[in-house]
Amino acid sequence: MIPELGHFALILALCTSIVLAVVPMVGSISGHSGWMAMARPAAAAQAFLVSLAYACLTWAFVSHDFSVLYVANTSNTSLPLIYRISGVWGGHEGSILFWCFISALWTGAVAVFSKALPQVLLARVLSVLGIVSVGFLLFVLLTSNPFERLFPVPLDGASLNPLLQDPGMAIHPPMLYLGYVGFSVAFAFAIAALIGGQLDAATLRWMRPWTNIAWMFLTVGISLGSWWAYNELGWGGWWFWDPVENASFMPWLVGTALIHSLAASEKRGVFKAWTVLLAVLAFSLSLLGTFLVRSGVLTSVHSFAADPTRGLYILLFLGVVVGGSLLLYALRAHKLKSTATFELVSRESALLLNNILLVVACAAVLLGTLYPLFVDALGYGKMSVGAQYFNAVFVPLMLPILLIVGLGAMLNWKRDKLTGRSTPLAILAIASILLAALLSTQLLSFRIGAVASLAMAIWVTSSTVYGIVHRFRNKRKRLSAVMHTPAAFWGMSIAHMGLAVFTVGVALTSMYTEEQTVRMQINDTHEVGGYGFEFASIEEVRGANFNAAEATFNVRQGDRDLGQVVAQKRFYDVRQDTMTEAGIDAGFTRDLFIALGEPLDRGTAWSVRIQTKPFIRWIWLGTIFMALGGLLAACDRRYRRVGVRAKAGDVASAKESNNTGLGQRPAIASMAASSTDNASSPG
Amino acid sequence: MNLALKLLPLVLFLTLAGFLAKGLTLDPAELPSPLIDKPAPEFTVELLPEGSGELASSSLDGKVWVLNVWASWCAPCVQEHPYIVELAEKRSVILLGLNYKDEPGDAQQWLGRLGNPFTYVLDDRLGDVGLDWGVYGVPETFVIDKLGRVRYKHVGPLDRASVVDKLIPLIDELEREPT
Repeated sequence: MIPELGHFALILALCTSIVLAVVPMVGSISGHSGWMAMARPAAAAQAFLVSLAYACLTWAFVSHDFSVLYVANTSNTSLPLIYRISGVWGGHEGSILFWCFISALWTGAVAVFSKALPQVLLARVLSVLGIVSVGFLLFVLLTSNPFERLFPVPLDGASLNPLLQDPGMAIHPPMLYLGYVGFSVAFAFAIAALIGGQLDAATLRWMRPWTNIAWMFLTVGISLGSWWAYNELGWGGWWFWDPVENASFMPWLVGTALIHSLAASEKRGVFKAWTVLLAVLAFSLSLLGTFLVRSGVLTSVHSFAADPTRGLYILLFLGVVVGGSLLLYALRAHKLKSTATFELVSRESALLLNNILLVVACAAVLLGTLYPLFVDALGYGKMSVGAQYFNAVFVPLMLPILLIVGLGAMLNWKRDKLTGRSTPLAILAIASILLAALLSTQLLSFRIGAVASLAMAIWVTSSTVYGIVHRFRNKRKRLSAVMHTPAAFWGMSIAHMGLAVFTVGVALTSMYTEEQTVRMQINDTHEVGGYGFEFASIEEVRGANFNAAEATFNVRQGDRDLGQVVAQKRFYDVRQDTMTEAGIDAGFTRDLFIALGEPLDRGTAWSVRIQTKPFIRWIWLGTIFMALGGLLAACDRRYRRVGVRAKAGDVASAKESNNTGLGQRPAIASMAASSTDNASSPG
Repeated sequence: MNLALKLLPLVLFLTLAGFLAKGLTLDPAELPSPLIDKPAPEFTVELLPEGSGELASSSLDGKVWVLNVWASWCAPCVQEHPYIVELAEKRSVILLGLNYKDEPGDAQQWLGRLGNPFTYVLDDRLGDVGLDWGVYGVPETFVIDKLGRVRYKHVGPLDRASVVDKLIPLIDELEREPT
């Protein structure tokens, strides 16, 4: 009964979405205020209905309703509760419904938090979000219905893939989807701006926190995926340039370019067409990722069950949404003219250069990911593209990006001179290189790649610190100045330092990891990277839904006893999958990583992979800082002030005709506020 | 920026979409064998049961033959075996069973239980022959023509359709070819 209720709610949600997609948009073009006013209630109704449908599916999982085919394929009576809740998004059908759920929530949130927005703009934005919802709801109802029944009802389900039975894995998809779907908000605004032929500062200011939050979620999601891969896959790797990983990384690269382009557009009125294009591209890449993962077009360890029919649907959807928006861009972008100019040496230049580099990097990743498909489609046979290509292309692009990150944050808007600060710059640059060389030689061994990366990381950190110090240098009341600094400035600083920390982690782990795979028997000792590992014991243990061979290792460094590390080889009951649970001794400056391989000689010995991984935790620490920076930037007080100021303007503009309706009065008022902000600092 | 430049993203996207559409008709997991139309790798192996002698691939020149890679520890081999038995009943082609990385005792038992359609059972307990033939999974089936060239490779278990619609017509065609 409840699954049918959920199914029915979905159908109603589809109807509501169709109304949302059509009525307000038509109303915004014809000037019909009543129709535009339908946007909010329709968005709220859609959010409620989709949430209801999702709740019904969750209920089916939690209550072990194996008469629902999807539950029977994905769950099991022995599955712990938390994984019954997270298993809802563990398979294809449920994850697409989950996407609809997140999309409905974001649309609802836009509807709720948008009292300051002019009606015409809001109508168009919500309609575009409605179009996206229609696409995904149709996809669910036509090709991927999670509420399909199964008869006869099996006694038990097939259970969740054990790889997904892990807390990090459980929240990895929600974080990712919040990011992907969050970019649809910026996308909707971009489309609305193209249709209206205007993109003013108030709109841009409205867009920024939403895009920052979406970006933050995507950062966390990708980081969790990497973290999980490291802990669960047993190879000690944290990034494999797998097509599905790339599918999440590409929107992130463009999303990063987008949040910086938005900053320039809002503060200086430049790059408007570029911002709009980036917003379209970011969401398009999210959709492309969905296609790649579910269509079977690329082989990946990650993909959902491949189904060309579903792939065809998504491709058509992609064609309509992406093709339509890019056509709209080609025809209407000329209306979004920049209202300012800038010099060669300025923050705008630095941002533009980095944006171009980010987009080039994204294109390189896209090429590598799709190259096997291109080769096969053109009849040139089968080819696979591995990590060597991606590293060879991506790393050289990152170095100039890092260089400009440090430099750009120090530059003023519009016009700046390097001559005025050439001394501090030179000092920072030389100090970075020397310090990097020194650290790398003292801590590890000299390698040019490590030195270059470390130098960049130190450069970014020191320029950020210099920027902070410089900002407060001439203030008389330092503490007051610090307290009144916008959160966005701290957000930027923390995020950039996070990037530096991340770079350190990546560089040092990639260059200095030591690994050995050896055959070990009880009481054998082996040395790797200056640490001694003794195979102390092996025993059979029983977990919640698995049996495991559990090995214990004693770890020493010289004379010091560092305790024990436990590694498991798990055998799950229902699906008969084997999984490696690596033993990890975590440390701030290094991880010790032990994974059991195979039993040898009828179990009297095991093949064991032992690794020492310097500074690997810094990778995820860096991403945490980046995400934190994004969150801080989104919480800036300036964004919350728009509501108050524009409310007064909204009343005024309601008395005028609403055809241009993009709130010129509020825009002028709030632009005055922003220029006051700008006058105080190059922030 | 003129219209042509602004149309570039759309044009690039449509090209990409075209490739993606083509990609939907392809199977990225399908790996054609590099041995197709090339001479079959030569071998000389012991036969099972142990002590029955040995077989050299050169002695098969001028004849059409089928090589089926199997093992007693391979679950899909159990599923495909009846169809190999059927193939042996329907055609008198030389059927070699390459017993891959297996114990002879287990292999004998398995054949005793499920039936032995093979003209010869080859002992490849170390997997050397399989290595030469590019075997990366079990079961796999190869068809070799009278000139000793590999003409077809089937990866995975055979089913009725692949035996009746692919193997048997191919074998008939190869038999008609001149020596």
